[in-house]
This record gives sequence, structure tokens and C-alpha cells, in this order.
Amino acid sequence: MNTGTLRQILLITDGCSNEGGDPSAIAALANEQQIAVNVIGVLEESAMNEQAQTEIENIALAGGGIQQIVYKKQLAQTVQMVTTQAMTQTLQGVVNQELSQILGKEQEWDELPPEKRGEVMEVVDEIGETVNLEVAILVDTSASMRTKLPTVQDALIDLSISMSSRGGSNRFMVLAFPGKKKDVDVLREWTSGMEQLSGIFQKITTGGVTPTGPALKATLQQFGKLRKRSLISRGKEEPYLEERGS
Amino acid sequence: MEKKNHTLKNEAPDLPNGTRLLGKWYRKPYHIRGILGRGATGVVYLAEAREGEVALKVGNNSMSITSEVNVLKHFAKVQGHILGPSFIDADDVYINGRKYPFYVMEYLQGETLFNHIDRHGKEWGPVLIVQLLGDLDRLHRAGWVFGDLKPDNLIVVGGPPYRVRWLDVGGTTVLGRSVKEYTEFFDRGYWGLGDRKAEPTYDLFAAAMILLNMTYKKRFEKGRDGKETLIAHIEGSRVLSPYQQWLKKALFGQFADAEKMRQALMHIISKEAKPLSKDPSSQAQQKSANHQKKKRKKQKGGGRRQGFSSVDVVLVISFLLLASALYWVGQVI
Repeated sequence: MNTGTLRQILLITDGCSNEGGDPSAIAALANEQQIAVNVIGVLEESAMNEQAQTEIENIALAGGGIQQIVYKKQLAQTVQMVTTQAMTQTLQGVVNQELSQILGKEQEWDELPPEKRGEVMEVVDEIGETVNLEVAILVDTSASMRTKLPTVQDALIDLSISMSSRGGSNRFMVLAFPGKKKDVDVLREWTSGMEQLSGIFQKITTGGVTPTGPALKATLQQFGKLRKRSLISRGKEEPYLEERGS
Repeated sequence: MEKKNHTLKNEAPDLPNGTRLLGKWYRKPYHIRGILGRGATGVVYLAEAREGEVALKVGNNSMSITSEVNVLKHFAKVQGHILGPSFIDADDVYINGRKYPFYVMEYLQGETLFNHIDRHGKEWGPVLIVQLLGDLDRLHRAGWVFGDLKPDNLIVVGGPPYRVRWLDVGGTTVLGRSVKEYTEFFDRGYWGLGDRKAEPTYDLFAAAMILLNMTYKKRFEKGRDGKETLIAHIEGSRVLSPYQQWLKKALFGQFADAEKMRQALMHIISKEAKPLSKDPSSQAQQKSANHQKKKRKKQKGGGRRQGFSSVDVVLVISFLLLASALYWVGQVI
């Protein structure tokens, strides 16, 4: 298993999918490919739709990721926390696998005495700081999300500040759904910094349908493209030598 | 396999008064006596242990609780001063069939920064920050950065003498890594004035924001341009006028370390405390206090003129400051 790079999809949405089938099936598929699917549900100050909440929980469960429902105002910090915590959780999963190989089945990190846990945690922290990270951010831009998009943009810039403070390299990509003609539109191709994010959501047209499943599927394919590309350019492009965002 | 909880939400259990907890690993009993606070990673209770009153934090996420325990244990190794609450115990407990991690630390009894200032006077604000900067300097020298520095994570204990202490050390990060726990108002990244790399200047920014928070009470938002908003608030309060340059230096990352920022603040406070402004000559003297040689001369001169005045006291203080600054510089080199 490759622990050199952690891959995540971060889905930012406010509601229910209504086209293209069950999104958690695609999330399960992503999980099989060691790509965690994290979901952030953004809502207005009013109450949350229960159906939407269930869907968000199910996608994250199937995708081996983390989910969090927030009000618009707290979005920036939440995006950062979810990404970081999901990273730690994935590393934890890797550590658990290693542990059960050494200590036998059912031996999980939680089952260690507190001192040993502390030692393992230091290693996890260390790896989390230096591991390479690939995050595809998939933003729901359906009509009801329109007013939240400026906040989403701020949150992404904020995420970029946190990630560029890490030791490891980062790659981001930003996608929006529904797309103009396809299920998703790529707003930013894989990039190491998110400095030029201003105005990212300006040109999009907000559609009526919410094809969350197909959009997740299209996002998943982007990781394959990245892997191919980096295979070709391997040797010249050293992933640890990223330029830092200022 | 146990089903994991995949939310970030704080789902630590509510424990009513009188609940008895027994650690799974070390079998130490605790009696819950009340709630002290709720944080992002768990609930802190006042509890009774064999050693007396303790603070006990029950969390939901074993990872974050373990990280906090690691930090507390590292704090114990920072010699000389006790920076955070001292660590007592870490264990798991079963509540209604579910396992929760918890840890136990020293119970710090005191009052919040804001309460202290309300009760004892505004002049305490900068003095408490001087104390805080001293602790930060020791922490930084030990290779750590506090991270989530804000009034909520501080407590003023004792009295008299009063001393600011760190209540929650959960955000503490190894120097050079990235800060993961922060609060927007105190985070230079939020204001567009830097990244979240754990370095001394990250904490110094937050320390300066504490003074702004104490002055304005409200945590204002960044608006269109973070830097401009901050400058407007620094210049917009008469109370802050002696601190303007000091604040700007701290917010723009121009203090090399906590000790330099501490010295500069003490200098402002000692200047403030005296009604010097009426006498222009003494002000000039003070400015020259930056220069050791000149200072000695003037001290002598001052003594000839009129014996011991309060000006001399200020000069002696600033000389001591300068000497300790030079000593530290010498240590570093």
C-alpha cells in the first residue's frame, strides 16, 4: 500500500441529490481505491432537512471519510478541520492495519494502553505533517447554494493557507456540479497552491438538478488522470520540492 | 469491529454530578463534581480523585485526546516554570457500554482574563500579557508553539500575587509543523498576515490580538481588507495609543522572539506609569536609555542634579531590561 500520498474528495453541498442514483455507492467505490470521501453540509441558520442530513452521513460512512454539518459562518474553519482530521483518520487506518498484522486480528489502536497510544500518535502526527496530499474539492453549485458560494471560496483560500503551512506537498483541484454540459465542470485543474481562487465561482450557471452521484464519479476519475500525468513526468517533478504559498 | 464515529461533533457524554468513573487500565476512581467547560474535543469536569480536586476531560475522539495528553506530558518537561496544568492520568472509561478516552490534570482555580480586568482594573491587561510573553518565550525555547492562544484558554490564578496560566493546551504544536487548532480572530492566516506554520511569530500575533480583544471586548471581523481593519482598530482607540507601534510590530511579525516583545511592552508600561510627559528633558533621557553608555552618564548627571527622582527609577529599570536583553542575546549567540 502506498502511504506516500493521501487522496481525498471533499464534497461541499447543502442538500439532496436528485439525479443519477445513490451517491454513497460511488463513495464506497472511492473508498475501495483508498480515496476518502469527506462531506461538509452547509446550511442557512434555519433547520436542517433530515433527508439531506442522512444522505451526507451515508456518503461519508461509505466513503470512509468524515462529515460535518455547519452554518455558513463557520465554514472556513470547518473545511480545514475536516481535511486535517480526515487525513489523520486515514493514517490511523493504515496504522491499524499494520498493528493487526503485527499483533493479530482485532488489535486496534484503541486497544493499546494510553502510553503506547501516545507514542503511535506522535508517529501519526509526524507522517501527517510530511505526507503528500491530493484533495479534489467538489462543490455543489445548484441554485440553493448560490448565496453560499462566496463563503465557500473564502473557506478554500483558508484551507490553502493551512495546507501550505505543512511540510508535505499538496495538490488541489476544484470542481463544480452540475456542470454546463456534463455532470461536473473543472474550475481549477490540479495545482499546488490556491492563490488564484478569487472569482472562481463567478462564471458558473446554477442548475436545477443535483447529480451528486455522477459528479462524485467524474471527480474520482480525476485522480487517475493525475496519477498518469505524474508517471509521465516522474523524475523531473519532485513532489517534496513544492513552492510554498506565501 | 466497533463502529467508528465519523463526525467531528463533540459527542462526549454528559455526566451528572456524583457519577463515579473507574479507569479501565489503571483502575483509579473519580467522582464527578460539576462541569468546568466544553471544548472542541471534549467536556472538562471538576472531579474528586484520591489526590483531591482535579480537572477531568472526557472526549469522544481518541486521536485528539491522545494528542492533548502528549502535549501535557511534554509540558511537564519544560523546566523551571509550570506552563500548563500538570498531567495526572490518562485512561479509558465505559459509559453505557461505549468506551470513551479521558485524561486528568491539575485543577486550576482562578478567573478569566476579562473578569480579572473588570475586578482589578484595566492596568492589569498589559501586565498579564507581559507574564504571558515570558511563558511563551520559555515554551518557544523548548521547541513548541502554543497555537490556539486566546483569553478563553487562559486563566488568572492565585491572588495575590496573580499569575496568568494556560488552561487548555490542546492546540500546542511542535515548532515548524502546521497549526491545526486556531480561532479566527487570533489567527494571522485569517487576517491575511501570514501562514499557519508553527513559529514564535504565530503566537506573538495572537498575543497582540489579546490586547485588541481586551480593548474592544468584541471580536470584530476582518472585512474587506484584514490588514486595514486591524490598523483602523489599533489607531481608533485612545487607550491603545501608547501601544500602537508595539501592536503593529507584533501583528506584522517584526518581533524576533517573545522576549523582545516582552521587553518592549514592559518599556511602554513603565513609561506609561509615570507622569513624565510634562517634563520634556526627562522624556529625552528616556529615549537615550536605549544606549548603554549614554545612559550611565546621564544617570550620574541626574544624581548630581537632585538626588533620587522617579526618573532614576525608570532609568534603572530600563537598564536592567537592557542588561537582561543583552544576556539573552549572548545566550542565543
